[in-house]
Amino acid sequence: MTKTKITREELDFLRESMKPELDALLAEREDLTKKNGEYVLAGEFYEKQTRIALRNFNIIDPESLDEYIARDGYLALEKAIFDKTPAGIIDEMKAANLRGRGGAGFPAGRKWETAAREDNDVKYMICNADEGDPGAYMDRSIMEGDPHSVLEGMAIGGYAIGSNQGFIYIRAEYPRAVKMLEHAIAEAEERGLLGDNILGSDFSFHIELRLGSGAFVCGEATALMESIEGKRGMPRPKIYRTSVRGLWGKPTIVNNVETYANVPAIIRKGADWFTSIGTQDSAGTKVFALVGKVKNSGLVEVPMGTTINEIVFDIGGGLPDGHTAKAVQTGGPSGGCIPAELFDTKIDFGSLAEIGSIMGSGGMVVMDETDCMVDIARFFLEFTVDESCGKCVPCREGTKRMLEMIERITEGKAELEDLDRITSLADTISTTSLCGLGQTASTPVVSTMHYFFDEYQAHVVDKKCPALHCKELITFFIEDDCIGCTRCARECPVNCISGEVKGLHVIDQHACIKCGNCHDVCPVDCITIS
Amino acid sequence: MINITIDGRPLTLEKPINLLEAAKLVDVKIPHLCYAECLSVFAGCRLCIVEIEGRNKIETSCSVLARDGMVVHTNTERLRALRRDLLDLLISNHPKDCLTCDKVGSCELQELCYEYGVKTPSYIGAQTHFTIDDMNPIMIRDQDKCIKCGKCVRVCNEIQVTGTYDFAGRGFESTVTTAFDQPINKDICRMCGQCISMCPTGALQNKQLVGHRPWELKKVRTTCPFCGTGCNFDLNVDVKNNKVVGVTPCEDAPINGTELCVKGRFHTDFISSEERLTTPMIRKDGELQPASWEEALSYTAKRMAEIKAEHGADSITALSSARCTNEDNYVLQKFMRAVIGTNSIDHCART
Repeated sequence: MTKTKITREELDFLRESMKPELDALLAEREDLTKKNGEYVLAGEFYEKQTRIALRNFNIIDPESLDEYIARDGYLALEKAIFDKTPAGIIDEMKAANLRGRGGAGFPAGRKWETAAREDNDVKYMICNADEGDPGAYMDRSIMEGDPHSVLEGMAIGGYAIGSNQGFIYIRAEYPRAVKMLEHAIAEAEERGLLGDNILGSDFSFHIELRLGSGAFVCGEATALMESIEGKRGMPRPKIYRTSVRGLWGKPTIVNNVETYANVPAIIRKGADWFTSIGTQDSAGTKVFALVGKVKNSGLVEVPMGTTINEIVFDIGGGLPDGHTAKAVQTGGPSGGCIPAELFDTKIDFGSLAEIGSIMGSGGMVVMDETDCMVDIARFFLEFTVDESCGKCVPCREGTKRMLEMIERITEGKAELEDLDRITSLADTISTTSLCGLGQTASTPVVSTMHYFFDEYQAHVVDKKCPALHCKELITFFIEDDCIGCTRCARECPVNCISGEVKGLHVIDQHACIKCGNCHDVCPVDCITIS
Repeated sequence: MINITIDGRPLTLEKPINLLEAAKLVDVKIPHLCYAECLSVFAGCRLCIVEIEGRNKIETSCSVLARDGMVVHTNTERLRALRRDLLDLLISNHPKDCLTCDKVGSCELQELCYEYGVKTPSYIGAQTHFTIDDMNPIMIRDQDKCIKCGKCVRVCNEIQVTGTYDFAGRGFESTVTTAFDQPINKDICRMCGQCISMCPTGALQNKQLVGHRPWELKKVRTTCPFCGTGCNFDLNVDVKNNKVVGVTPCEDAPINGTELCVKGRFHTDFISSEERLTTPMIRKDGELQPASWEEALSYTAKRMAEIKAEHGADSITALSSARCTNEDNYVLQKFMRAVIGTNSIDHCART
């Protein structure tokens, strides 16, 4: 088929003619299996997953529009433009209760409704693809593996609110995703699935990419818009809602990649189908990047309401090397740590908030008994301190002071009253910060203090790190079993281990930098940490 | 009509203005460091937080528009505790040299710390350090004292439209600086000094006022003599020697508000200049010599009458000055037309 702009009928014809071709192609692949008449990824890791946003990921060729079309791609856009009214789409979206997958969980349908109500010739659809949480790569995978689903979702949104222009704000550190999106946009425009008069209708919708320059805070919607406007990426006060006055003062929708990737499926299969998955509070599925101390790490898409136990043990296969789970951290630097005893918590927006964490964009880090929870809090807080834009006082000065206090704890230099100080400072920061970054910056600290207070106490009162992780609070000691192989002495970067060949070796505690090299190389495991 | 209540005081507004401005109308002062009526809303200092009944979140009054039925509290114990903590955080990264700082007495940060009883910072930690920039004729820029309120950035961008400053860096390390971090110089700055007036702390200081304690300066309201615009400002008179040392703008100036140009703000130093003419001068025997006003006026009148009689009225011309008031200019042209009898009159601003 020549690549000219096509009409609705031609799209239908193309879809039907491509389906057998793709089926034949997929039938040959060993990593796929058929489930409910559709090819899905095979294997234990995937069996318990329900993939909506990731339905084409690793199945179709992301550079092939035809393959996307064969998997019912652009059918939802076609239905939207020709069979539905903008109001009808918004009703469907509201009924589907698709909550924003970027983390905050605001219902997309309600957002769209506000923007649709605005009487303005110019409106914008923005896709927030500035995914930046450490260890999270859900959006990246969708854009790299199924870019058209994002474009289609945005175009449907554009039709619903009356917008002709979309922007994808994507971080420049995702070069492959950028390439895939650029290719997809060009191909969709060639075929008349984007651009002027989509499928021969009156509806036009253009999408452009805007590349971010590495600031985490630009994932915050107002900072993102400032950045698109060519200004420094700093959040601005929301005197008006973004859906009323957003980009360049025009009604604007900002949704995240995963949210848009869900839209075509909702329009195609209906709100009833979507709400039949997940919980009443949170419909549909959520993609998590399962990482950390877990056997099978990777992208996991499960219905809302799945428990942490199911994700970590049934899908993730539990922890490797006989380690025991201590906690999972959800929501990245804005989220909290959930202790193992709460692993039967259902994952949805409401349940996670109840136990002091957040859904966030979908990072899920599994931790075992060797992880020090104070140090985990320090790690995430350090990230926030680095990424704070510096605009508002509580985030700029407050997170820095809090980090300094946490560092003193990990160094054994803190007093008990410092813990009260941290609690009150956390309240100031979360109450008075300008944007979500600051408002949630202390969550990792507050949640670990809540669930693992004994660890904080051990650091502060006993000057000990129960997980044997904090360098200032541990010592390395060579037991009498030493065979005098000299390996530890040779590996020591500061030459602080002395001893004769075949004789007992000794560590000079004053010179030791606690790098742990000796412990790792000892062939008879005679170096203990205490 | 929008009816709201602020700290128990009812208020009716015709249009939705922000709560900070609305509070002013009922004499409720909400503390702030980054807000200025003439600038865009920044919401960075977070000190203007208020509680609005029915809303869970504490919000900044500068960025919330009044809505009918709002009941606002600006000074609850919770708000005061939060403000105290914010001020504590601010001075934790601020030099403790208030004893010798030239801004003392007119420093807004100091005022608020006094009001909220923040004596010494309770947070101990890292401090940012910068080199002081005083290589220009008008100001001393001490970034250690900068609280990143962004007022200088906004006044330079939004009012002066010069864009000398912007934010750089991130988080605790963020600064307000110039392009490529260069010192203030005439290539990047018009030296208007608008930023100095906006700065709430001692980060930007007017060199002319350095060395003068604010309480030793008497403020005398005047109209700028440099052009006919009629800007008002306060002459700062050192009471010890009765000399004008500099100028500070006054918010209630009807023409200009706090805006002033480089001449008005910095060139009142001519008042005490040794090069200034203080008596009329008449050239006698080839040399200019001091004369009394009576002598000078009589001499001028006599010579004008002689020249007019000998060469005609059109041989005399008058050039008027933009530094005169409109009334002075009017009188001069009237004098030339009605008394001398010529239309030969011009003005320095007519180019």
